Amino acid sequence: MLEFLVAHTALQALIKVILLVVLFVMPLASLSTWAERRQSAMMQDRLGPNRANIGPIKLWGILHFVADAIKMIFKEDIVPAKVDRFLFALAPVMAIAPVLITFAIIPFGSDLCVGHVTEVLRDPGVCSSIIPMQVARMDVGLLFYFALASLAVYGTTLAGWASYNKWSLLGGLRASSQMMSYEVTMGLSLMGAFLIYGTLEPNAMVVAQGSNPLNWGIVTQPLGFIIFFTAAIAETKRAPFDLPEGEPELIGYFVEYSGMRFGIFFLAEFIETIFLASVVTTVFLGGWQVPGLSSSGFLSWELPHLAVVLIQIVAWSVKVLFLCWLQLLIRWTLPRFRPDQLMRLGWKQLLPLSLINIVITAAVVLWRSGGK
Amino acid sequence: MASHTKHEHHPAGMAGPAATGPRKGKVGIRVVGRPDSLEQRLYLPEVVKGLGLTAKHFFANLFGRKYTVTVEYPEEKLKYPERHRGLHRLMHREDGQVRCVACMLCPTVCPAHCITIVAEETGNQNEKRPKIFEIDELRCVVCGLCVEACPCDAIRMDTGVHAPAVDFRGDSILGKIDLLKRGTQSKAVQGGIGPDWRTRQPTVKQYDPPK
Repeated sequence: MLEFLVAHTALQALIKVILLVVLFVMPLASLSTWAERRQSAMMQDRLGPNRANIGPIKLWGILHFVADAIKMIFKEDIVPAKVDRFLFALAPVMAIAPVLITFAIIPFGSDLCVGHVTEVLRDPGVCSSIIPMQVARMDVGLLFYFALASLAVYGTTLAGWASYNKWSLLGGLRASSQMMSYEVTMGLSLMGAFLIYGTLEPNAMVVAQGSNPLNWGIVTQPLGFIIFFTAAIAETKRAPFDLPEGEPELIGYFVEYSGMRFGIFFLAEFIETIFLASVVTTVFLGGWQVPGLSSSGFLSWELPHLAVVLIQIVAWSVKVLFLCWLQLLIRWTLPRFRPDQLMRLGWKQLLPLSLINIVITAAVVLWRSGGK
Repeated sequence: MASHTKHEHHPAGMAGPAATGPRKGKVGIRVVGRPDSLEQRLYLPEVVKGLGLTAKHFFANLFGRKYTVTVEYPEEKLKYPERHRGLHRLMHREDGQVRCVACMLCPTVCPAHCITIVAEETGNQNEKRPKIFEIDELRCVVCGLCVEACPCDAIRMDTGVHAPAVDFRGDSILGKIDLLKRGTQSKAVQGGIGPDWRTRQPTVKQYDPPK
């Protein structure tokens, strides 16, 4: 069966999309709508939503996301009188589609070596046919992510523009200025990592980091990690960078949206946080690498190949979940920036720092390669 | 940044009213300076500190609800103070009749105009009684003035019951029968104690204006 999949790459990609997006990302995004409320409540000494239940099945209120989804779907879809109907309908799609597509580049496990699944894989060279645990392996790698991330801002800006509402327009404009400012920093902050790994391809980056945590990006590129994490949180438009939403004064670029259209914006935001978590995992936290786990198992304890891959997938998921939790923690701890503070942080602090990071990294890489 | 440091040390008198007032404990004014130290101006160490604090609360509340103050209402209830104002009730006489004499004091004093009384004859020369006694609990502002105004201990708000949620606004208008259901016999003496004012002679001298 696996041999059949190797031959049919389209089917293989489809199965991976279902595994990754339908079975991991979407449920996790829906769950984070509940987790966010529950976690923020815990942080503020409250309990949060814990009541939604189906009969006696309560599960600490996890079913709230089901209730939310049902509510969103059955709510009246209100389209205000003077909106641009085409753009108004297009904006939610523009917001959610790019963030879902970018998951294609995320490697969530090491390559599955077809034909050696049940054996201990001592020599990776014996693999003739592989199934990569990544939907699309392309050399442009993270550039693809940057390209699509800048498309995602169109959703926000169009929503603000098409709504025929000055507050949502202000939100959309804030979003576009914020995205433009932080995308520069975001790209530059990863440059150091690109220099060290010598590649843009996420899976190659994970392989280059190896299973020793001291070689992971967070150790070799601490400044790059902090700058990228900050800039990328700004890209997700969540607190402390939630100016486009600006709940106290603007309500946000989606103020005219109702029902599931609003729900899609909401979901896109959470998917973005999960995507950010996966990128940070891939570039800085060793992706699917587990400390001490090589392709033949832990040091002297040998494991069959399939078990190794499964452990790696679990490790990747745990890292992503941890970073999602961390983002929620940041979102509910820090107060919002003022627009001028945001611009100052982006252009006058993060940008020079990321340039310094590139120069230092380049110098070190050059020195270690012996000036060649 | 030096110009900001002077704000850090206010004379003690500034915090005086709050600090020396009747309250005890940590209520007062704490003057916080501008972020001057390098650590504060770098922002990141302070962010990490803040994250540490919220994470501490998160985990303490996750495993054991250490700081959680939430009362899970229907299962868990706080004891209300004795004079808590709940849903209204009408009290009974010894014979189970309504104590209300339709004196109209409560609809008069009601700031929300939520009480409607239509009086009727009882056959007793001295008293009326309400034919209709309605309270619109949606209009009621729960001020308790009706209870204060009532001379007969007929209306009370000591049920401790919250106004129930209703599907239709009309359902929240409580009539005499609804109000009497929650009522019990009042121990107050109807008409008050002491001689009847109709037969009582004035015991104090009438005001005699100087000529």
